[in-house]
Amino acid sequence: MYDAGKIIIGLVVFIALVSYPIWYDAARGDIPTSADPKIVTSEKECVAPTEYMKANHMDLLNQWRDDVVRKGVRVYTAESGRKFEMSLTHTCMDCHSNKSEFCDECHNYAGVDPYCWDCHIEPEEVQR
Amino acid sequence: MIEKALRGNSKYWGWIAFLFIVIFVGFLFYLRQFGYGLGITGLNRDVTWGLYIAQFTFLVGVAASAVMVVLPYYLHNFKAFGKITILGEILAIASVVMCGTFIFVDMGQPLRIPNVFIFPSPNSLMFWDTIALGGYLVLNVIISINVIASEKKGTPPPGWIKPIILLSIPWAISIHTVTAFLYSGLAARPFWMTAILAPRFLASAFSGGPALLLLLVFFLRKFTRFDPGREPIQKLGLIITYAMSLNVFFVLMEIFTAFYSGIPEHLDHFKFLYVGLHGNTTLVPWMWVSSILAVISLALLYIPKARNNEAVLGFACVTVFLSIWIEKGLGMVITGFVPNPLGEVTRYWPTFTETIITIGVYAVGALVVTIFYKATLSIRGEVSA
Amino acid sequence: MTIDKRKFIKTAGLASLAGLAGKNILGQDVSEVIEPGSFDRLSGLQSPLKAERWAMAVDIKKCQKQHDCTKCIDACHHLHNVPEFDNPKDEIKWIWKEPFEHAFHEQENKFQKTDLIHSTPLLFCNHCDNPPCVSVCPTRATWKREDGIVMMDWHRCIGCRYCMAGCPYGSRSFNWRDPRPFIKDQQQDFPTRMRGVVEKCTFCDERLAMGLLPACVEACDVGALVFGDLEDAESDIRKLLNDNFSIRRKPGLGTQPEVYYIIS
Repeated sequence: MYDAGKIIIGLVVFIALVSYPIWYDAARGDIPTSADPKIVTSEKECVAPTEYMKANHMDLLNQWRDDVVRKGVRVYTAESGRKFEMSLTHTCMDCHSNKSEFCDECHNYAGVDPYCWDCHIEPEEVQR
Repeated sequence: MIEKALRGNSKYWGWIAFLFIVIFVGFLFYLRQFGYGLGITGLNRDVTWGLYIAQFTFLVGVAASAVMVVLPYYLHNFKAFGKITILGEILAIASVVMCGTFIFVDMGQPLRIPNVFIFPSPNSLMFWDTIALGGYLVLNVIISINVIASEKKGTPPPGWIKPIILLSIPWAISIHTVTAFLYSGLAARPFWMTAILAPRFLASAFSGGPALLLLLVFFLRKFTRFDPGREPIQKLGLIITYAMSLNVFFVLMEIFTAFYSGIPEHLDHFKFLYVGLHGNTTLVPWMWVSSILAVISLALLYIPKARNNEAVLGFACVTVFLSIWIEKGLGMVITGFVPNPLGEVTRYWPTFTETIITIGVYAVGALVVTIFYKATLSIRGEVSA
Repeated sequence: MTIDKRKFIKTAGLASLAGLAGKNILGQDVSEVIEPGSFDRLSGLQSPLKAERWAMAVDIKKCQKQHDCTKCIDACHHLHNVPEFDNPKDEIKWIWKEPFEHAFHEQENKFQKTDLIHSTPLLFCNHCDNPPCVSVCPTRATWKREDGIVMMDWHRCIGCRYCMAGCPYGSRSFNWRDPRPFIKDQQQDFPTRMRGVVEKCTFCDERLAMGLLPACVEACDVGALVFGDLEDAESDIRKLLNDNFSIRRKPGLGTQPEVYYIIS
């Protein structure tokens, strides 16, 4: 093989870079292998059915954000007819006040870091 | 084509390595800024644009200046420019790349820049500037690739390239006009809100840009087998002379209207530049150096014997470039904010981090120029491939 | 022991009333009694304050009655989690006081009325009818609402600061760094902002949506701030402007600012 040295070194560097996520996580050790979000509210229904929320809460929140900030519409009527204020802090976090046991559970598992919390103040978690 | 840039002597690779180091260091400092925020620069609530945006403005001018070699060659068949138009176009590409990078490092939330395209806002000149600069980059890349490829094959460039090249001529004028409009439409900033801002930008671009190009030509002629001959160099020198004369004339026009009318909201900015305002004399020595350099450059350029002497011409190009860099890259942007709309003076001076990041971005441009000049010259056989 | 009929009915009536009331309190879901907040917010949201054109009038004389009063500024900055930096170059302010000669820089007059020259009028975003900041925003992260308020969308802002360059009044501030460590007494009700976005007064649009007046107007205890609908001929602000001489900042620029300064 011509330039065998350069090629082999190049291959090793490439494979190391490409497989970085795998060996970095293995070395770190504390990676969650499952997600178990805990509901702490006595409310029986969310603003939308649970299955819908699991898959689409980000889209719902984006829609709420645009409705509230850009259109000045702040009241959401759920399918059940019940009205809610469209607000992460006042509505969502009112029931799901345990961010570290609820929101963070799935987000950490999926390796997602939503920037909502840069601005929207996390509720002080009540010890239950 | 690019493979030609992967071969070179030790001096070439030494230069490339140096550029990579400078870029890497600049990048590390940028990571600091990304983590901390733009507060790591000298910018403040009153002077909200500084070194980064000033370099952006200056480099849009350098990018537009390619038209000074493209127009005579392609529109008026001035054959003498045949060997240097591609060098002008490559310089334009490098300049636009640097412009984009300076914008990126100046944004508070750079990862949201796609919002400009997801939510187009035709009311905003900044939106049009991205369109204009993006389009100019695409035009010049298409033109350069095809011209270099044709030279490699030894055939004339394909016919369809001609209308694209002709399009790049008004497009070059428009990029700097749109950039000037960014400033000259703001009622809040009387220093910028003048109809002569766009002509000033163009005049300084068409003198500073070709001056840099000429210096690069001299450099290449010294260190490679590249030699365009005497005629294009003299012609460029003449273009620089006329453009610099216009530039100085426009500056004098500004100074007259400000000083004769005496209107404080215009005059105060010029006072800040040339004598200081409320005790703030940050830019005063710089502006006087710029003015003296401008006078020296014109004196040298007006004397035919001096201009015909290529060593003197090279020195004149240095003075032109430095004079315009100070005027545009320091004087123009900062002064728009001093005094602020409430009449207050707040001091701005770039910080160390800001300066290192700026140098890093210039190194990116230098790298683009180096790689593509090397490829072009290697293809022509003017440098050992 | 004898007891007459009237007394018996009164006592029995009161006793049963107390019993019923007590049963109500004890029988209810405890959370409903303890958390009236969420219920009030929703009802508040369903009766917002609306206008065709919101505007603010500042009575400079009334404002200056109390020396060094900053109640409006404190209320606004507290409610909106506006940070307070030690380094003046990072300063963020939504509402502030400025010496008259700076606030009305275009009205140079060394021999102006003495109490005016020494006054420090209150400055905020003028929510112009013809806002230059809105024209220049490349993402429409700031825009003009139909009711006149110039709004900010902190989710969309890319931090280019073009709006700050375009504002002739110096009303806008930028987050040069993370504001959270510098917020005294963080208020849970309103989000903070992140580094890299521009912010300014929004005429308390979140309070108007709940049927409340802007925080500064409510905080002022001398009534120096009057907020209302200019298109409503019966509004307090219209009456005030009809009866008093008022000026605006830099009227010659054509921005049509909607903050009026009453000079009495």
